Formats: sequence, C-alpha cells, structure tokens
Amino acid sequence: MSATEPRRWQGISFDERMATVDFRVGQRAHITVDADVCRSCTTKACVSACPANLFAPTADGGILFNYEQCFECGTCYMVCNSEGALTWTYPDGGFGVVFHNG
Amino acid sequence: MTDHITCDAIVVGAGPAGASAALALARAGRSVIMVERGQFPGAKNVYGGVVYGRVLDDMVPGWWEEVPVERWVVRRSTVMMTPTQSVSVDFRTQAWGEAPYNGMTTLRCHFDAWLAEKATGAGARLLTSTTATGLVRDASGRVTGVRTDRDGAELHAPVVIACDGVNSFLAKEAGLLPRAEASHHTLGVKEVHHLPPSVIEERFGLASDEGVDMEILGCTRAIPGGGFLYTNTDSISVGVVVSLPQLAASGVRPEALISDLTAHPTIAPLLRGSTLREYSAHLIPEGGYDTMPPLAADGLLIAGDAAAMTLAAGLWLEGVNFAIGSGWAAGQAADRALVAGDTSARGLASYRADLESNFVLTDHKRLRKAPSLVLSDRVQQRYPGLICDLAEGMFTVTNPTPKAGGLSMTRRAAAKHGVKLHQLAADTLRGLRIFG
Ligand SMILES: Cc1cc2nc3c(=O)[nH]c(=O)nc-3n(C[C@H](O)[C@H](O)[C@H](O)COP(=O)(O)OP(=O)(O)OC[C@H]3O[C@@H](n4cnc5c(N)ncnc54)[C@H](O)[C@@H]3O)c2cc1C
Ligand code: SF4
Ligand code: SF4
Repeated sequence: MSATEPRRWQGISFDERMATVDFRVGQRAHITVDADVCRSCTTKACVSACPANLFAPTADGGILFNYEQCFECGTCYMVCNSEGALTWTYPDGGFGVVFHNG
Repeated sequence: MTDHITCDAIVVGAGPAGASAALALARAGRSVIMVERGQFPGAKNVYGGVVYGRVLDDMVPGWWEEVPVERWVVRRSTVMMTPTQSVSVDFRTQAWGEAPYNGMTTLRCHFDAWLAEKATGAGARLLTSTTATGLVRDASGRVTGVRTDRDGAELHAPVVIACDGVNSFLAKEAGLLPRAEASHHTLGVKEVHHLPPSVIEERFGLASDEGVDMEILGCTRAIPGGGFLYTNTDSISVGVVVSLPQLAASGVRPEALISDLTAHPTIAPLLRGSTLREYSAHLIPEGGYDTMPPLAADGLLIAGDAAAMTLAAGLWLEGVNFAIGSGWAAGQAADRALVAGDTSARGLASYRADLESNFVLTDHKRLRKAPSLVLSDRVQQRYPGLICDLAEGMFTVTNPTPKAGGLSMTRRAAAKHGVKLHQLAADTLRGLRIFG
C-alpha cells in the first residue's frame, strides 16, 4: 500500500506503530549496552520483551542498541540477568518520549 | 554555575502522587518544589485507563465540574475469551453517569497536568524538564535534598517525597526499595485508536458523555495477564498487561498480543475503520501489599507507584486513586513533621499510620491474595475456555439430540480443560473470600 494511505488499525507494522510516538531525542545515550557481556547471555530476554524493539541481535552473538526511540519503561533492565550488561538512566530533563495519549 | 535552592519540602515527580503531596503541603502554607522530568506533567505517563475520582472529594470539592474527563464510565464489561469464543458479563448503571460519578476515562497528559495545576495554584513550584539524578544526604545518611540535571543544581529541604513512579531510583538509592524484581512487575502496552465520537456512541450504546470499560481475560496466550479496552471522547484505548518474566521467557513480542486482541472477532468490529494515534508502554508494580517497601527513612517519604501502591486485584487496576490517596497522606504527614521539627523516619511515621487507617492499605491488605489467584494457571489458562465452552454448550440447540444436563456439561467441559470440579469449587470460594 502507498505511504500516503492513512494509518490502519489492524495489521499495523512495527514501524507504523513507532511512527505514532513523539520523541525528543537527547544528545546523551541514556541507556548503554555492553555487547561483550551480551555475547555470553543465553536468554537474550531484552530482544523480545522491549516494547520498542530496540535490541537487535548481531551475527556474532552480541547486541546492537539504539536509545533514540525508547519508552523509558524499565523492562530491559528488569528482565536482564547479566550484571553489567546495561547501564540505565532517564534521559536528561525534557528529552525522550513525549506521550500525548497516555 | 550552580544555584542551590532551599525550601520546606521537595516532591519528585508530578504524577498523581506527587501533585497530591505538593497540594497538601502548599495548602498547609509550605514552600514546596515539584520536580518533573517530562516537558509537562503526564508526558511520561501511560495507564489504561480509568480514574476513580471519589478520592478527590476532600482535596478538590466539586472536582467533577472541572476535571478533564473524556467519558464517565456507565458500563463495565468483564470478558472471558478464547481465540474463537467469548463470554461477557456486562454491567450498566446510569447512577455512574451522575455526580459524584464512579470512574472516568481521561488521558494522563490532561489529568496529570490538571492535578499539578491544583498544586501550583495553591502555591507549589513546578520545575518541568528537570530530572532528579540522586539524593543529597548528610554525614548521618539522612536525606537533605536532591541533585538535579539543571546545571547540576541541588534542591535542599528537611523532607523529600519520592513520587517518581514504578522504577523509583530514589527509593532504591535510599535502600527502601530492593533491587527491581521482575516477578513483581507487569508490562502494559497500549494502542489508542481514533474514531469519531458518534461512531463510538453507536457501537457501544452510549450517550454523548458516557463511556465503557472492558477487562478481558484469556487474550494473552500462555502468558499470565489480561487485556483492556476503554472509550475516550474520540478514541479507544486498547491493550494488554502481562507478567514481565513470563513475557520475557515466552519470546512473544508484546505488540503481537495487542494485534491478537484487536483482531479477535469480539473486539475487531468495535475498532473497525479506526486509525492508530499512539502506541505506548509502561511498567506496573503488581506485587501488592506483601512487596511494599518501608515507606519512610530519615528525611524521606515514598508514595504512589514508587511504593508499589497500585492495587492490581488481577484484572482491575487501580493505581491513580491509590497514588492520590498516598501522596495526599504523605504531604500531610510531612507538614506535621515540619510543625514538630522532626522529619526523621520516626517523625514521619504518622504517614504509615494514616494509610493503615484509610483505604490505601486497608484495601491492599484485604486484596493481598488477589494477584496470585487471578494470575494463577487455572484462572488464566483454563477457566476462560471452560466458561466459553459451558456457555456454548448451554446455548447451542442440538435437536434432534436431547439437551445435556448442566452438571454433566460442566463435568465434560471441566475435564476437557483439565480442571477438577473440587478445584473449581475451591477457587470460587477463594474468590469470594478475597473479593466478597
Ligand atoms: C498499562 C497500564 C494501565 C493502567 N491502568 C490503570 C487504570 O485504568 N486506572 C488506574 O487508576 N491506574 C491504572 N494504572 C496504574 C497507574 O498508572 C499508576 O498507578 C499511577 O500512574 C501511579 O501514579 P504515581 O504518581 O505514583 O506515578 P507516575 O504516574 O508514574 O508518576 C511519576 C512521575 O515522576 C516523574 N519522574 C520519575 N522519575 C523522576 C526523576 N528522577 N526526576 C523527575 N521526575 C521523575 C515521571 O516523569 C512521572 O511524571 C495503569 C498502569 C499501566 C502501566
Ligand atoms: S541486555 Fe541483558 S538480556 Fe539483553 S542480551 Fe544483553 S545480557 Fe542478555
Ligand atoms: S526502557 Fe523499555 S523501551 Fe527503553 S530500551 Fe528498555 S525495554 Fe526498550
């Protein structure tokens, strides 16, 4: 279907979902991932659980992470059992996700 | 350049808990600063959702005349479903459509901003776009303020009230909240779909300011949880709430569960033709009374989700009213402690006593066993199918074969879903004891 078609309500792709969310992206990566720690992780729990789908497994068993479209929910650090894999902070004041229909 | 500011009390978070705490303190004539990391109150907050407003009766008399309501809930449906069946218990009362009302749908960017304005109207100061990055403490460990990311400025006060929500890094830093335990949390994911008000009113059988609230069991595959659907003025909020560790273990993507729900034959016609406005996600502390942290330390109180105060009696989430009730009590306790000149944990202890005597901890204590029942394997995985099959058996006309008797039908359905009749009876009794 064409890109100009209004957003549908069913069969919505993940990118279409994320395109509805307002982000004010800050300069600082408020979450960082240590791919070396992830390489020895057997669960990769963050990959399926992150509601924004920001954890991408790489071919060498690591993780590629981009903080820009994050809901700041906390799911990733709660499901991660590997000490030191994640550093998690809130974005600087005023940056990050802006919900208009929460 | 760092300017340190001193005031009577600091409230971190301008959600329902924080705004209520700040309102109580400002009304008592205290200089109080609210720190909120969002650009505006509500910018970071997501819920179902319905707010039960009666908790505001004392704080904002006549609140219903001015609250930014979407719709007043007059219909409450509990739905149990399998992929191809559903049974709904639909309750309606017009009494809920009149003052003082029962529940209202409202969006957090409107509701939280409104409540925060009550606090600023009473004299509280609100610093938005400001993240509290940590606690300031004196040599004895007593909390004396917070650090912020506004040019590193510190705010100093004899008492800090942490209303910073489910992840509460302040309560963790103070040692009140243990390391986050995934099993005490659920993840909520939600979609808000736009539809014209007239279409919503026709589809749900509503007058212009009336709304419906649906809670749904049996829509989260093998993951413990439930679904919800609420009508706003010109949109519908629909989503699921699921156990965090079991979501992670399942490998199922959270938005796939919303897709299941919005494609279900019972739900799809309600949403047909709508357009997606926003996708969102947020955690919920669902451990209840048994996982609640200590509520006070020297110079510090915690309220709302920061103190795990969402009442999650399984399907029915009440968090906003509990945040308001606890925030209000925390603000009052802080004022009393300031009057007495003792904001140590002892001086602040009247907070807990207040919550024990009002609805906040009374309801939590009464419903402390509810999460384990509603999230149990039988209630989650077996009963929706059993109940749907029973209804299908009862309502299917089988002539020329004669109708089966109720008991034999129940026995057969129970056996098919792996439930023993004595378990069914025991769970019913348990449910009555918890909720009755
Ligand atoms: C999917 C879902 C459905 C729900 N449905 C319902 C429902 O229908 N009805 C109901 O009553 N409840 C519902 N709840 C629960 C309800 O949302 C919460 O209980 C309620 O929001 C708690 O209020 P609070 O003020 O304690 O915390 P929050 O609303 O989380 O507010 C915390 C505030 O603190 C700010 N903050 C956090 N950290 C910092 C920091 N370091 N510095 C500065 N600011 C900070 C945040 O930006 C936020 O504004 C639901 C929750 C979810 C997730
Ligand atoms: S972040 Fe944690 S859960 Fe995710 S891959 Fe790395 S170690 Fe595993
Ligand atoms: S905080 Fe939530 S949205 Fe952000 S990366 Fe972690 S799981 Fe994903």
